[in-house]
This record gives sequence, structure tokens and C-alpha cells, in this order.
Amino acid sequence: MLTLEGVEIRRPGFALAADLAIENGARVSVLGPSGAGKSTLLSAIAGFLLPDAGRVAFDGRDLAPLPPGRRPVSMIFQDGNLFPHLTAFENAALGLRLSGRLTREERDRVARSLDRVGLEGLGDRKPGALSGGQQGRVALARILLRAQPVMLLDEPFAALGPALKRRMLALVDEVATEIGATVLMVSHDPQDARRLGGQTVFVAGGRAHAPAPTAHLLDQPPPALRTYLEG
Amino acid sequence: MADRPQPLGAAGAAGLIAAAVVLALTLGTALLTLSRAQGVARLGAADWAAIRFTLGQAAISAGLSVALAIPVARALARRRFAGRAALVTLLGAPFILPVIVAVLGLLTVFGRNGWASAALDLAGLPPLDIYGGHGVILAHVFLNLPLATRLILQGWLAVPSERFRLAADLGFGPPQIRRHIEWPMLREVCPGTLIVIFLVCTTSFAVALTLGGGPRATTVELAIYQAFRFEFDLGKAALLALVQLALSGVAALLALGLAVPQAAAGGLDRAVERWDAQGPWHRGGDAALIALAAAFLVLPLLAIFLDGVPGLARMPASIWGAALRSLAVALASGALTLALALPMALAAARPRPGARMVEAAGYLSVAVSPLVIGVGLFLLVRPIANPTALALPVTALVNAAMSLPFALRALIPAARATEAIYGPLADQLGLQGRARLRRLILPRLRRPMGFAMALAAALSMGDLGVIALFTDPSAGTLPFALYGLMGAYRMDAAAGAALILLASSLALFWLFDRGGRLDADT
Repeated sequence: MLTLEGVEIRRPGFALAADLAIENGARVSVLGPSGAGKSTLLSAIAGFLLPDAGRVAFDGRDLAPLPPGRRPVSMIFQDGNLFPHLTAFENAALGLRLSGRLTREERDRVARSLDRVGLEGLGDRKPGALSGGQQGRVALARILLRAQPVMLLDEPFAALGPALKRRMLALVDEVATEIGATVLMVSHDPQDARRLGGQTVFVAGGRAHAPAPTAHLLDQPPPALRTYLEG
Repeated sequence: MADRPQPLGAAGAAGLIAAAVVLALTLGTALLTLSRAQGVARLGAADWAAIRFTLGQAAISAGLSVALAIPVARALARRRFAGRAALVTLLGAPFILPVIVAVLGLLTVFGRNGWASAALDLAGLPPLDIYGGHGVILAHVFLNLPLATRLILQGWLAVPSERFRLAADLGFGPPQIRRHIEWPMLREVCPGTLIVIFLVCTTSFAVALTLGGGPRATTVELAIYQAFRFEFDLGKAALLALVQLALSGVAALLALGLAVPQAAAGGLDRAVERWDAQGPWHRGGDAALIALAAAFLVLPLLAIFLDGVPGLARMPASIWGAALRSLAVALASGALTLALALPMALAAARPRPGARMVEAAGYLSVAVSPLVIGVGLFLLVRPIANPTALALPVTALVNAAMSLPFALRALIPAARATEAIYGPLADQLGLQGRARLRRLILPRLRRPMGFAMALAAALSMGDLGVIALFTDPSAGTLPFALYGLMGAYRMDAAAGAALILLASSLALFWLFDRGGRLDADT
């Protein structure tokens, strides 16, 4: 279970409080107006910033001493998800070995993960020679290999068209199921949240609210969420 | 977002060590020199003359360069013609052109037996003589007019095209454009350009050594060299080194305060769309200006080429040894520059303790003259070893320190961009230490590293400075050997050596710059 216990993040002109728990294997959307602190919430979980109060824990273990790379977390950013000087294969292999020196068995695993996300035969290409959707697939192959129990997605695939984005979200769900991961996805599109199903954390007014079932929340929004959705 | 405090780490420590080395090289040598100078010597009349000449020629050179650059830059900014791109590229070349080669080219064109004197002779006029203060100024204008033109051209091209369109709509002629658009732009760009050229000219050594000299045309740098090399008056050399440090230090502080324009790598290939100055007089005037400026820049280089090819056969065999030594110094200096600049750039790029200080240390050598570092190193080395035996390593080290600001200017922005774009992913994956360097940083910095190495190697290849302090003439570098040939009036052999030197400098630059670009994924 991922828990944020009495977490407070304060910056000049900005404050965010979170006190919530997320079950393992859950699908959670993070919705809210821009600037409310959706990305900040993910940064605190990923370890890019340390809360001013409270603690972030996973399965009861305080994550505070762990730098980002040691946390049980894989993340997809808005951009900069692949290294442009490495091939798709090498990028995916970073999920297994940072040195890039792989055994034969590990090479097979990387190749299988690329096949799994639909990139058969494209391992030798560099990101510049891949489409936006294919680049997202490489990142997912890497996440498959890292097999961390929490997946954080910060407005992923925002540059993709609606149909392609739908397919990518389905693939995110499949990958998460295969490795048994919890998914936390920041989005500004309620349709993304409906598609992901599960629960929604609504972030507004300096607070990240406890997760509530997404369909119910969107069908009968509380006043603050209604204001965000309908203006 | 990355609010987590960054540990110092191995990269940060390496950056601090590199910065400490640079501090020791620049300020440390100056302090050492200071400690030897106390109560030993006083400034004589000749030294005051050198100070006056240094300041005077630097001011005149800077003023002339900028005054000539303004009309040339304006002509380049508003005209399109075949070869314009090549000419603008050529304006960048004098930066890596060995000074001694430029001097020889200028002598061939403007010297007593040069092309211009021959033309004057046909008209029954006396020949030119460019030895002396006016020759020093001529060479400084030759070397700095291109830089001034590029910086001012940048200013012209930075004027939003809407403003020229508005001017055309209001029916502005050239006088109104001058008052409302060009004059405000020049007031922004020119002071910084003036001070940069002034700074460069105050530390001039090779030009003063070859064209100047004597009581009326000796710079402080040249006086340091003479006190050191001929009189072996260490106290006097140290005192003059302090004077030099004060001169260039004040000039550098002025430059810092004046927002010096930065030479951009690209973007100079377009012409401003203008609707004024389209009459035949304006067009003809601009064409003449561009042709004159191009001839002034190209003829001396052409002279090196024309005299150099036949001169190759008349060179003494010792030139090849000097060329090899120069090549070794250039490569070592390039490698040293990178070894200092890379850890400093990485330390400066992340929000670590001391990042700003590391960056500031890297720019210090702008204010310190190579001869001052050389004198300091000589004093340091002398108790332990024979300085003459260490002439080449010391030259490589001093050249690396002088190239450092340019290398950092290329590397720090690239390192910052890499951290900003790919740092979060690397942190998230746990890519740290050597793996981060090997798999992220070095591949992303290949281009600026290639450029920095190229620049440092080319500058070192052509440098005639600190080597003259130390070396035994038979074991010098190629620029030093070339200086020797010129001193012996073996002009044909000198032209051959100059051609080799020029070709080597350009080839080194091209090779490393190209190597960094090859197959680099952006």
C-alpha cells in the first residue's frame, strides 16, 4: 500500500496537503486544475522533492531516505522519456542494467519486452526514427523490465491523437497488470480517467483528496470538482 | 521540481578540484609573482612608456575596429549577394588564425617590399613601413575587425523585422532609420564590443613582438618578456606582470559590467528585409565597402598561400620537428582543456554547493595574461627543475588555461540543458556516477566537447606567447620557429612554415569539431 501520511509541501505562493492511501494494484487518476499540485504530488512520491511535513511510505516502509532511483517506482514524464543517443533496445535495456552490458539471457528478455509492446524488429532504431506512439511503447517496455510496484505517469502521451492515446492507455493497463503494479496517472482529461477506471484523487484548493471511485465521482461531482469540470 | 538537495558527489568534487587548479594557475601564479616583486624594482621611464603605449594602441585599435565594422556590418546586414555566407563564415576565421601568420601576411601585403609598396612605387611614391606602433594597430584591426563586424551584424539582425516594416510604412529614409533604429541598437552593442577588443589588445604579445618594439612601440607584455628573457631581471618582470594583471583585470571588470555581446554560432545567414537605401548610390557604396573589407581580410591570407607554396621547398628541415612539437602541444592542450572544462561544466550545471564559484573560476583567465602565468610558473618550477626542459608542458598548460573560458561557454549551457531535459529520467532510473557519465552526459555533450577541443587545439597550435619565455630556440614550437625565420629575414621559408602552421590550425579545428558532430543525435 502506498501511503501519504500528513504530507505537506509548502513553497512560496503554493501549498499542498495530502493524507491518503492507495491499495496495491489500484488504478488511480489524479485530476485537478493546472497549478493545483498534481505533478508536485507525483514528484513527492518519486522522490524529486521532499515534503516539509509528514511521510511517504510504501508497504509501511518510509521512502524519505531513498533517492529517486532507489524508490519502488517507475515514472513516465511529459517528455524526455528516452535518451535520443541510444537505440530503442538500449533504452528499454536501461530497465534491466544501467551499464548496458547484458547477458544473453537478459538480451532475450529485452527483445521479448519490445515484442510485447508491439515493437518487433524496431529495436535498432533510435528515438528520432520512431513515431510518438512507438516512443511511448519503448518507455513501457523499459517499465515492464524494471517491474517496479508503482507506476507514475505525468500527463503521458499528451501529444498523441485521441485514438492512439486510447491504445497507449490500454497498453499501460496491460503492462501494469503483468507486473502487478499500482498506476497513478496525472491527467487534465476526465475521459482519460474514465478509461483508466478505478479511482480518482482530486487535487484542488491546496489539498489532494482521498481516492474515490472515478465513475461515481465524475457522475456526481462535489462542488469544487464540478467547477473544474464545467466551469 | 528537483528540490531534493544534491549531494556533492564524485562529479562535483572533480569540478571543485579542476576549479582549484585553475585558481592556482591564474591567481596563484600572480600571488607568487607578487611575493617576489617586493622592493626589488621600480617602474622606470621605459616601463611607463610601455603602459602608455599598451593603453593607447588598445584604445585606437578598438576604436578603429568598431568604427570600420559599423558600415561593413550595415552593408552585410542589408545586402544579399553570392558568397555572402562564405564571407560571414570567413569573419569567424581570424579567431583561430595564428597571430604570427596574420602578421606575416600583413607584411607581405603592406610591408616595405610588399604588394602595396610595389603599387606605390609604380606611381612614384615611397614604400610603406609597418614596423612600429601603426603596424601594431594595423595588425590588431586586421585581427579584430572581423569579430567587431560579426558582433555588430548580430545586433542588426536582432532588430525585429517589423520595425523596418513600420519604418518603410512611415516613409523613413536612411537618416530617420539611423536615428530611430540603428543608433539605439549601436548604443547597445558597441560599448561591449569596444571593451572586448580593448581587452584583447592590452594582452597583445605576438603582434608587439613582431611589429612593435623599441621605446615607442613596446607593450607591457613585451616588456615582461624583455625583462625576463634579455635582462633576466625577475623583480622587474614580476612588477610588470602585476601592472599587466591590473590593466587586464580592470578591462575585464569593465567588460563584465557592460553586458558583452556573445558571438552566436549561427543565424547570421539571413539579410534584413529593408525598403530604404535602395538607390544606386547606396547599393554601390555598400558593394564597395564589402569588397574593401573582404580584400583587407583575404589578401594577407592569399599572400601566405601564394608565397607559402614555393616556400615549402626552401624551409629548413628543423621546421618539421617544430611542427611535430606544436602538434603534440596542441593535442595535449586540447586534452587538458577538456579535462579541466568538463568536470567544471558538470559541477556548474547542477544545483550543488559551489556551482557558481566553479563557473566564475573558469572565466578568470580572461583577465590574466598568459605571460603572467608563465612568469609565475617559471618562478615555481625553477627551484625544482630546469624550466627550459619543461617549456612544452608549461606551454600546453598555459594554453589550456587560456582556452578554458571558451570551452566553458560551449559546455555549460549544453550540460545544463542535458540535466534539465534528461536529468529527471536518469535520476528516476538511478543512473548515477560513472554510468551516468558514460551513458548520458558524454553522448549528449559530444558536440560542444568536439568544439571545445577543436578550439583549444587550434589556439594552442598557433600560439606564440609563453613558449617564447622559456624555450631553447632549437626545441621550440612551429610559431616560434616561424618567428625565428622572420627574424632572420628568410621570408620565403617563413611563408612556407606559415602555410603549414595555418593548415595545421585549420585542420585541427575542423577535425575535432567535425568529430563531435559526426553521427550525433540531437
